Amino acid sequence: MDADLKREVIYDNYSNPSNRGHIENEEYIYVNTNNSSCIDNIDLWVKLKSGIIEDIKFDGEACAISTASTSIMTKELVGKSIEEAKKFIENFYNMIEEREYDSNILNEALAFDEIYKQANRKTCATLPYKGILDALEKYKNE
Amino acid sequence: MNTKGEFPMLNRDIVYLDNGATTWKPQCVIDAIVDYYSNYTANAHRGDYDISLKVDMAYEGTRDKVQKFINAKHREEIVFTSGSTESLNMIVNGFFDHVLESGDEVIISDSEHASNVLPWFRLAKKKGIIVKYVPLDDTFHVTLDAIKRTVTPKTKVISLAEITNVVGDVRPIKEITEFAHKNNIFVVVDGAQSVPHKKTDVQDTDVDFLAFSAHKMCGPTGVGILYGKQELLEELDPINMGGGMNESFDNENAIFLKELPTRLEAGTPNIAGVIGLGAAIDYLEEVGMDNIFCHEIALKKYLIEKLTQVKHIDIINEECDSGILAFNVDGVFPQDVAIYLNKYNICVRAGNHCAKILKKAVGVKNTVRASLYFYNTKEDIDSLVELLKDRDKIMKEMI
Repeated sequence: MDADLKREVIYDNYSNPSNRGHIENEEYIYVNTNNSSCIDNIDLWVKLKSGIIEDIKFDGEACAISTASTSIMTKELVGKSIEEAKKFIENFYNMIEEREYDSNILNEALAFDEIYKQANRKTCATLPYKGILDALEKYKNE
Repeated sequence: MNTKGEFPMLNRDIVYLDNGATTWKPQCVIDAIVDYYSNYTANAHRGDYDISLKVDMAYEGTRDKVQKFINAKHREEIVFTSGSTESLNMIVNGFFDHVLESGDEVIISDSEHASNVLPWFRLAKKKGIIVKYVPLDDTFHVTLDAIKRTVTPKTKVISLAEITNVVGDVRPIKEITEFAHKNNIFVVVDGAQSVPHKKTDVQDTDVDFLAFSAHKMCGPTGVGILYGKQELLEELDPINMGGGMNESFDNENAIFLKELPTRLEAGTPNIAGVIGLGAAIDYLEEVGMDNIFCHEIALKKYLIEKLTQVKHIDIINEECDSGILAFNVDGVFPQDVAIYLNKYNICVRAGNHCAKILKKAVGVKNTVRASLYFYNTKEDIDSLVELLKDRDKIMKEMI
């Protein structure tokens, strides 16, 4: 992805995010994810059935990077099994932390492959992933 | 104001507009701290040898400077703490904890900093006091009228910032205090955003307690002041017990504490910090507090004038008389504005600025805040406005 395309992907997902919405339904696991160092604050609702992520919705106030990252994450993870989702998440973290990662599976999330250059935005990009991991943990314990 | 040669940070090609968070230090403050660490390091209150005596003179000399700076009646009314937060917590936990009773009311406002909210919340839980909020007017000001409407026979304390850190409104502290005292109500003032920017006279305003921080007035971090009227400080229980504050002790029933203010400064204090604060006060006195205030107001006016010409900028607090301006760029998250400006070495703060309950009054959760100090210039403002003019550029470069 060249720089312009990355910017476009992030911008589109920020201005017209997918899966934005507020859910009040007991079938969904609710988690809040926020950064203590900034003002990003996102609510996530995750619906899991037989080990498959069936739906994710999110709401809240957050910067362009966080919002776009959440939008992309929801699109990528819906339909995946917990195992597949975990693999995706692990690869995403590896990319952000400049470790080796499989670029073939990250799709639109590759737009963040250079975010490490702005250290203060790494937490923005990973914010929704922190939330989804909490949700998966909750599911496991239920 | 010509301060260019006096602040090392001013040579760093950074436009610093986050003075509400902390301020830059002039060389004389840095020198005073280095001097203590390089030439006469010793503990305070141990005048058995020359360098220790020198430490005492510098440390206690700063107390005199603070006394004069805020026009306190007695030097014993000045207590060194770690910052406004500690000062406020000492006031609430050391004094009001045993003075207030269940059902007593404390009036604060929606725009207070967390450190003037959370200690009261804890006391409410512990003792059953009631925290009430004086309503803000349309321009987010606290008026004496609103105070009068909020006070009841149960009201025992009014605790307010003189200038708030988000909207920068200036409260009529003297008038509020006059009214409060007629009704036997204590007045606590959070001076963190006011003492550095305008002349403070505690005898004139007659406030009972005042808290402020050195680092927001060109001094070092980690030092604050607790001012209290002597007769009230006498009743303030030390939160910390330990060295330096006791006269003698034999057993748990025979502890004799020192006089004020030493009684409230247990342990080795932040000596270097206090000495740095002394240098900062000398510096501010030289510049002149009235000059500082006028310069900031003129600069803020200039900033408002320029920003109101930019269609996509929404100014939140146009009518507040301090060097703090809160605004938003239409359709852009405040943090993205701050990150965009950072790419051009302009420092502003995005967020709720530790006043998390303000959103219910202002209706805006987060803002961009530019907070000015006397070393800021028209050129700083021009650089900021120039970058904010082009919304497309912001949208493009914020990512």
